[in-house]
Parts: sequence; C-alpha cells; structure tokens
Amino acid sequence: MQLTYLHSLIGGGLIGLASALYLLLDGRIAGVSGIIGATLRRPAGENQLRNLIFLFGLFLGPVIYRLSFGGWPVIHFEASLWIFALAGLLVGFGTRLGSGCTSGHGVCGLARLSRRSIVAVATFLAVGIITVAVMNRVG
Amino acid sequence: MIDVFARIFVALAAGVIFGFGLSLSGMLDPARVRGFLDIAGHFDPSLAFVLAGAVSISSAGTLISRKLRHPLLDSMFHLPLKQDIDLPLVAGAAIFGVGWGMSGLCPGPAIASLALGLVPSYVFAAMMLAGILIHDNWLPSIRALCRRLAAKRILDADANG
Repeated sequence: MQLTYLHSLIGGGLIGLASALYLLLDGRIAGVSGIIGATLRRPAGENQLRNLIFLFGLFLGPVIYRLSFGGWPVIHFEASLWIFALAGLLVGFGTRLGSGCTSGHGVCGLARLSRRSIVAVATFLAVGIITVAVMNRVG
Repeated sequence: MIDVFARIFVALAAGVIFGFGLSLSGMLDPARVRGFLDIAGHFDPSLAFVLAGAVSISSAGTLISRKLRHPLLDSMFHLPLKQDIDLPLVAGAAIFGVGWGMSGLCPGPAIASLALGLVPSYVFAAMMLAGILIHDNWLPSIRALCRRLAAKRILDADANG
C-alpha cells in the first residue's frame, strides 16, 4: 500500500475519533455544516460558544500539522475563483437543505446506519461524479 | 461549572483532531477529492481510505454510545430523529454534490484550509456562509409564501365552485 493511502486511512481514523468523542462526551453529531449553521443562528443558542470553538479547532488542525511535520498540507486550487464562488454557494445552500454534508451524513450518519444519510451520501457521490465528468468533457 | 469547561475543551479537542485528521488524510486538497470523483479519468482512491478509517472508528463510537444512557457530559443524546426520505434531503444532497464536484471542497476542509491563507478558500467559505444564510433565513419565508398562495388558490377554488 502506498504511504499516502496509509496517511489517508490514519487521517480518516482521526476524523472518526473526533466524531466518536463528540458523540460520547457531548452527545452530538460532529457535522460541520450543521455546526456552522448553528453558529449563524440568531438569537444565539446556548451552544454558540462551543460550536465556534469546534470550528476554531478545525482551523487549528492544519496549524498543528505544520508544527508537527514542518510544512502545510499540500493543496492544489486548479479552478477559477468564479467556480469556487459558485460552488461555495451551492455547498452552503445544499448542505443545509439536505441536513448535512460529508461529515454529518458521511462519517456520522453512515456509522449510525441512518437511512437518510445513506440516501444523502449516495446522492452527493453520484452527483459529484457526474459533475466532474461533465466538467472534464466541457473543459 | 467544571462541566462547562469540560465541554468547551471537548469541542476544541474534537475540532483540532478533526482538522489534523483532514490535513493528514490529504483531503484538504480539492484536487485529490475531485480525483476520487473522477472515476473515468485520473482516479485517486484516497477518499475511500479516509471514509473507511473514519466510518469504522465512528461506528465504534456509535456502538459504545448505545450502551450509555446519556453522554458523559450531558443529560441526553441530541441525535436527529427524522427517518423519512423527503425531497429536501435528496435535492439538498444533489445541490451539494454539484458544488462539491465543481470545487472538490466540502464544509470541513473549507474551514480547515482557511488556515493556509489562500484566496480561493476564503472566497469559497464566504460564499458558503452566504448559501447557509440564504437557506436558513429566506427558505422559511419562501416556503410560507408558497403555502399561503396554495391555500389562497384552494379558498378561491372553493369560492368559485
């Protein structure tokens, strides 16, 4: 097995560990789109501070990676800014309408064998595959 | 009081572990996520390893949680109860799928990659917040308007019939 796949497996395991800790200690789903939505809600709920701190921790993750390994994780942004702008809008709206994203439906929902999450993951994977295929074709 | 601090610490620890895991897994890189979706082209299986690792550990957490009456720091679990497959679920997941396929970014990596200070992640995150706000603030009023119009049409139809 290639080293990068091992990193992916261990990194995935840590993501699963974070969601397990959140569930066992706090009793909640570590779904990022839901947590962002909750921090934007007005009037602020009682979990506002903890949600913001979770997001701040998420932001700190790559910083700690850099301190541990001496460099940022590799990132390639290949598309134009317009693509990222439109995609961001669709991701924000779609994840809220569909009650979750890759973390809430993917990591937590699949682990709970939630019917809704299985349907959501199958849908966004299929649509994602079609979108990439269409963009490759169009150029 | 100790619980309050403990829960804040849990939120921070879970966020940091999540963000570090994303960084290690390679999933902050939109090109590798899109590579996974590019099954007919330059396929990159990394995301399958990430999901396998994440779902297996998360499943262990779920199994342990079912033995507990309540989480360690709260009096009850706060889990989604909804079971039905409805239009918003499928339509929302499809809309998300288009944005995810276009960019290779989803909400977790979008927030974590802000740490690198690159312009595309800030553009994406700002528009993602806009999308969330549009959904959360406008959708209820759009739905209410649709319902009111539909109700009015039924009333009108009754009056005419």
